[in-house]
Amino acid sequence: MNASSDPGSALLEVRGLSKSFGTLRALQEVDFTLRAGEIHALLGENGAGKSTLIKTVTGVFPRDTGIVRLGGAEVAPRSAKAAVDAGIATVYQEVNLLLNLSVAQNLYLGRQPTRFGLVREAEMRRRAAELLAEFDLHIDVAEPLGNYSVAVQHITAIARAVDQSARVLILDEPTASLDRHEVEILFAVMRKLALRGIGVIFVTHFLDQVYEICDRITVLRNGRLIGERETAELPRIELIRMMLGRELAGTTSERAAAKVRQAGEVCARFEGYGKVGCVAPFNLALRRGEVIGLAGLLGSGRTETARLVFGAERADSGSATVEGKPVRLQSPRDAVAHGFGYCPEERKTEGIIADLTVRENIVLALQAKRGLTKPLSRAEQEGIAIRFIRLLDIRPPEPERPIGLLSGGNQQKVLLARWLATAPRLLVLDEPTRGIDVGAHAEIIRLIRELCDDGLALLVISSELDEIVTYSDRVIVLRDRAHIDELEGEAIDVSNVLAAIAATGTAGAEAGQA
Amino acid sequence: MRGLPPVAITAMVFVAGFALCTAQFPNFASTRVAANLLTDNAFLGIVATGMTFVIISGGIDLSVGSVIGFTTVFVALAIERLGVPPLVAFAAILLLCAAFGAAMGAIIHVFDMPPFIVTLAGMFLARGASFLMSTESTPITAPLYSTVSDFALRLPGGGRLTAIALIMLAVVAAGAALLHFTRFGANVYALGGSRATTALMGIPVGSMTVRIYMLSSVLAGLAGIVFSFYTAAGYSLSAVGVELDSIAAVVIGGTLLTGGQGSVAGTLLGVLIQGLIQTYINFDGTLSSWWTKIVTGILLFAFIALQQAMLGIASRAGPRKAGVLKS
Ligand SMILES: Nc1ncnc2c1ncn2[C@@H]1O[C@H](COP(=O)(O)OP(=O)(O)OP(=O)(O)O)[C@@H](O)[C@H]1O
Ligand SMILES: [Mg+2]
Repeated sequence: MNASSDPGSALLEVRGLSKSFGTLRALQEVDFTLRAGEIHALLGENGAGKSTLIKTVTGVFPRDTGIVRLGGAEVAPRSAKAAVDAGIATVYQEVNLLLNLSVAQNLYLGRQPTRFGLVREAEMRRRAAELLAEFDLHIDVAEPLGNYSVAVQHITAIARAVDQSARVLILDEPTASLDRHEVEILFAVMRKLALRGIGVIFVTHFLDQVYEICDRITVLRNGRLIGERETAELPRIELIRMMLGRELAGTTSERAAAKVRQAGEVCARFEGYGKVGCVAPFNLALRRGEVIGLAGLLGSGRTETARLVFGAERADSGSATVEGKPVRLQSPRDAVAHGFGYCPEERKTEGIIADLTVRENIVLALQAKRGLTKPLSRAEQEGIAIRFIRLLDIRPPEPERPIGLLSGGNQQKVLLARWLATAPRLLVLDEPTRGIDVGAHAEIIRLIRELCDDGLALLVISSELDEIVTYSDRVIVLRDRAHIDELEGEAIDVSNVLAAIAATGTAGAEAGQA
Repeated sequence: MRGLPPVAITAMVFVAGFALCTAQFPNFASTRVAANLLTDNAFLGIVATGMTFVIISGGIDLSVGSVIGFTTVFVALAIERLGVPPLVAFAAILLLCAAFGAAMGAIIHVFDMPPFIVTLAGMFLARGASFLMSTESTPITAPLYSTVSDFALRLPGGGRLTAIALIMLAVVAAGAALLHFTRFGANVYALGGSRATTALMGIPVGSMTVRIYMLSSVLAGLAGIVFSFYTAAGYSLSAVGVELDSIAAVVIGGTLLTGGQGSVAGTLLGVLIQGLIQTYINFDGTLSSWWTKIVTGILLFAFIALQQAMLGIASRAGPRKAGVLKS
């Protein structure tokens, strides 16, 4: 809590840090300096070694060589607990949370207020509610954390770390599932901590956020330090070049030269489709080769629409037809049988099976679709895996590596590949580019266009308006759990979408230029 | 609260079972039957309390039945052959059990071995050791034993709440307090949620594992002492299969076999349901006592199916509650 060092002085110094996993050299002689009172971005491509640096510094992984100094004194934490005791609090990329415990327990696990050895439950809940109120989150803290949305879970993890950060706060991609409003609240909290003299390390793939909040930037590539710069003195193009080691081909934010594509015939149609308390009835026709973007604030009904379409939620009104035939979508199984695919937002925590290899993870949904009686041969599996590893630039490009050993962003790509491999008629993607670096981001957007040219219908949810505007042929705008507007062709641009979201001036315009 | 809905179902099963027995045997609903239920199942209630901690933390302890057997033999031999004062023998065996449990916990943590394997080895070890000490049943005649078995709180209606029943109720109450109201208890649930995450949250996972298995073995030792009061003898074949009875009691009590959810109160109900079935059979007089196992098996199956169904519903339940974000 105390600003033990003057702002500007070196607070956390890492010198010559190396870490190998077997033959893979994840970090090589990395130096890193965090000053007191600064917000410092740690950037790099997927697999560059950002998370490994964090885990090695905080003692989750033992380090091979190198030293770490905190406030001038050498430290060598042997566990996450030791790091916290030394004053370094961390939200790891694989978000440290226990869904079976209450929100309050998650915030105070291991440091609950006690009296005579007994946890003071009421006191703990009061403090938890207060702590979350700083993040503008007003929820029942006695409920199990698993009952809340991914965003709430993330904020809870961040709030815990913020509350524990005595000298250093490390956030590994904390904003990946937060919306604009939540990000702003988080930034306000980070600034407040920095003013108190706490050093903040911030990992993200959103470059806008880097320029918005960070004082300095350190870039890693392939486990090596590429450089450390003042944010103000580093143009974006130069930053991207440092991260990728090459220029980024084309910019992603230009709407793909409105090549008027022949929208195919309708492959799935929903009429008066809806569910009370979920989404108001809507009409939706999905055409082959068309990308429909769903835009709106978090909680506006985007994900709910996707879940209804995929049968994960049962509609209580309206009808659905696939290729002109009426169908009943009672469960995801029905939807899969009709050639639908759904890549959910929680894929980071729920989708991967860590012990299976990249190949096995990729063919999982395809195999399930074909049924157990028609197994894919090993050669077929390998063919598919290698194709997607190349298409999505999954690194390292080894189909037989257990997926748990890949970096977070590369795990995301594998999950995307899993659904693409099923060659669906309709694919629903919820936040497809979260946690994916700038280089791969452009690749995925290109891939989305290509898939559509092959006749796939896509329904994409994204909070990145730039991104949605880039690839969508139609944008449906949602607010307060209802479809309120639809933009088409020339009308699709960021300001129009924003205007539609904020139309009646109610639900804040904080969707911002995300 | 955590684990309440399954516990509520367990409670309903118990009440329904009791009502059924009462309807069939008019003198069933008496303090005498109730007190006997507690006395006859005292040792099971004590081990099952320890087992609750182990299972909620995501583990399993197969060694407890053998530890009970070992304890009865150890206590009987120490008192009868070596003339050790009973209280000294009790202290010694509890220390020995603590060391045994700690060793199992340490092996599980350090070598990252499945608890199933480690405690299975512990089960053979403890049972084998009790056979080495003696293969015969050794009666215990120490005066303390008759004092304890004569002691009882008289209840209106003729029931006798015995010392061992009181010990069991005290253990259950203390266990419930430890599990639900302390940091230790919260960490037990956390471990059952996810070991890796718990470690990342800065909980000393190793020492927690050691302490949880230590607790289970100490309670098994205490159950062994209680068992020796109950039978007034030490026998290396006693309490065979009790590990399975106690796992059944824990699961029927609504604790998730995969860990992370459950309660001590539920476990007590699970124990009492098993006792109730046995009592019914005793009242009936014609049924084989193996029916206890059969009915327990059916109940166990029903509860596991129920848990799966509830998990299925929970994961289908649709959109997670969005946080109420005021802007
Ligand atoms: N536990 C592990 N065992 C083996 N290899 C690992 C392990 N963790 C990470 N790696 C490898 O180390 C390299 C660096 O991974 P790291 O997770 O640090 O990347 P990152 O920069 O955080 O990427 P992202 O942006 O995708 O999260 C990757 O090649 C990854 O496959
Ligand atoms: Mg990472």
